[in-house]
Amino acid sequence: MQPVVKLEDIHKIYGNDAEIEVHAVRGVTIDIQKGEFVALMGASGSGKSTLMNILGCLDRPTRGRYLLDGVDVSGLDRNDRADFRNQKLGFVFQGFNLLARTTAIENVELPMLYSHQRISASTMRDRALKALEIVGLANRADHLPSQLSGGQQQRVAIARSLVNNPQVLLADEPTGNLDSKTSVEVMGVFQKLNEQGITILMVTHELDIAQYCKRNLILRDGKLVSDIAVKDRFIAEVEMGKLKQAEADAKLVSGN
Amino acid sequence: MRLLTTIIIAFRALRRNKLRTILAALGMIIGVGAVIAMVAMGNGAKSQIESSIASLGQNMITIFPGSLTSGGMRGGWGSASSLTVDDAEAIKREVIGAIGVSPEIRDRQQVMANGLNWNTQVLGESPDFPNIRAWQLAEGEFFTDTDVRNAAKVCVIGKTVADQLFAGMDPIGQAIRARNIPLRVVGVMIAKGFNANGADQDDLIIVPYTTAMKRISKRDRISNIIVQAPTQEQMERVQRDIADILQQRRQGREPDYTIRNQLELAEVFTAQSKTMTALLGGIALVSLLVGGIGIMNIMLVSVTERTREIGIRLAVGAHGKDVLLQFLCEAVVLSLVGGIVGVLFGVGTSQLISLNYGWPTSISIPWVGIAVGGSAFVGIVSGFYPALKASQLDPIDALRYE
Repeated sequence: MQPVVKLEDIHKIYGNDAEIEVHAVRGVTIDIQKGEFVALMGASGSGKSTLMNILGCLDRPTRGRYLLDGVDVSGLDRNDRADFRNQKLGFVFQGFNLLARTTAIENVELPMLYSHQRISASTMRDRALKALEIVGLANRADHLPSQLSGGQQQRVAIARSLVNNPQVLLADEPTGNLDSKTSVEVMGVFQKLNEQGITILMVTHELDIAQYCKRNLILRDGKLVSDIAVKDRFIAEVEMGKLKQAEADAKLVSGN
Repeated sequence: MRLLTTIIIAFRALRRNKLRTILAALGMIIGVGAVIAMVAMGNGAKSQIESSIASLGQNMITIFPGSLTSGGMRGGWGSASSLTVDDAEAIKREVIGAIGVSPEIRDRQQVMANGLNWNTQVLGESPDFPNIRAWQLAEGEFFTDTDVRNAAKVCVIGKTVADQLFAGMDPIGQAIRARNIPLRVVGVMIAKGFNANGADQDDLIIVPYTTAMKRISKRDRISNIIVQAPTQEQMERVQRDIADILQQRRQGREPDYTIRNQLELAEVFTAQSKTMTALLGGIALVSLLVGGIGIMNIMLVSVTERTREIGIRLAVGAHGKDVLLQFLCEAVVLSLVGGIVGVLFGVGTSQLISLNYGWPTSISIPWVGIAVGGSAFVGIVSGFYPALKASQLDPIDALRYE
């Protein structure tokens, strides 16, 4: 089967002067099949953010080929890349990046506003509501980001990334701004989406978060140094149960 | 293609940040409003000056007697009584375009009527007087040539005299006594109000000049002659012809009269009102400049602080031109709404000023255009330029912007 994401010897060099140039990514080759759930890990400076920007069609590789859903996107111009981001990719950011003073549902509708085919307002609303339902926030549709908790805001962002039925969902440190319980909650949403067949690729530096994924890639100095399938995978529901138990125990202790 | 969507996005963005929207629009409103109100006040003052010049008469030429020198003491213009009714008749007969001529005799008299008395000016005039001075009658009619021939005991009175002597009754047909001569009131002039120097123009009694000369003032010399020319363009020519006629009649003697026309006076007033308009226009331009800088400020800041928003939009698939179009739409909507409200504000302010302070105002349509156009231009350019830069940003940089 053709991989959804196919990176072939990707290089990224910043700076055009030979003396100050930074070789951030040095020949990465990855195949990601449909339905995979991959964590891309690495210390800061390992090139994982650069690779993520390339994967997200936000940046272009200096050398190498990037096939997204069978199409070579490494040579596309600004506007074509914008259309690819809109149609094939969903983004979840560390800082949520929701529009302030804009309701949850309007935030979710945003990618549809920039779709090429015209979508009627009622269809947009229906699709946005459905996406919010998937992340369990249909009842918060008319809330503003400031009225939502961090976990809820991240789930709105996930709903936004889903609304155009992307090929790949890209998440850049999606739990970086969240506490451990909310992180588990968000990872639960990702696992549920993955079970429904959505391909997810996330960047994280937290080992326990990576344990929720199916496959871990480790990047060091711009090179892929490890590509392993996750054994003893965490299941969000189980972990949540453990957390709740721990909380209950704590209460029991303090109650005595 | 996505224009409609962009307009929706722009409206949503404006609605979302009401304070920013209101502040930006306020810059427009004050800029436009101030310009319109300022120019309206300037124009009002100008038109008031113009109408007070017009109230002096229509294309009026005045001939004053010359100065009198006696025992080395020189009197001013008009001190000599060198003009006669014959001079006036010669002008009327021989000057082409002297469509109205009236020999004037001015005198102050204590007049009595209705058991009351009042000191007022008595003017001897010809029946051409209402035309020359562009002054209509409120009621009754003016005296006629027959009245002049007969030195009839009739008079036409001003509003002030009517109010002082005949309060609450119809003055027409009543008698006023001046120097014990009973004069029948045949007409009342419409109220003219105060002139530019603050004198009451309605405080007078007008009688046929023959009546004034033979019965009241008892003199054979007249105070001055007023002549009406048909158009402003013909005034100079008429003035020259009057000078020729008078000189002929004096058979080579030194001119003992002086001729002035209303244009000379009008020029002084016009120069004044031009200064005034320039002053107010200057203030208006400064207001526009200040308003424009206000608009520019808020537009630049709002685009800069929205860099992250731009980054988000670009990341989820907006093209650069979508972002640009959105900000342009916002700027246009703000400018339009601000412009319209600003016009209303300016018109309202000038109405308020004219109602409360009695300062006449008149709205100048070209200046409304200049104010709205200028502010809209500033608003759109200052919204467009940073949006253009923002739309060219790399989405990664825009997202990282704090």
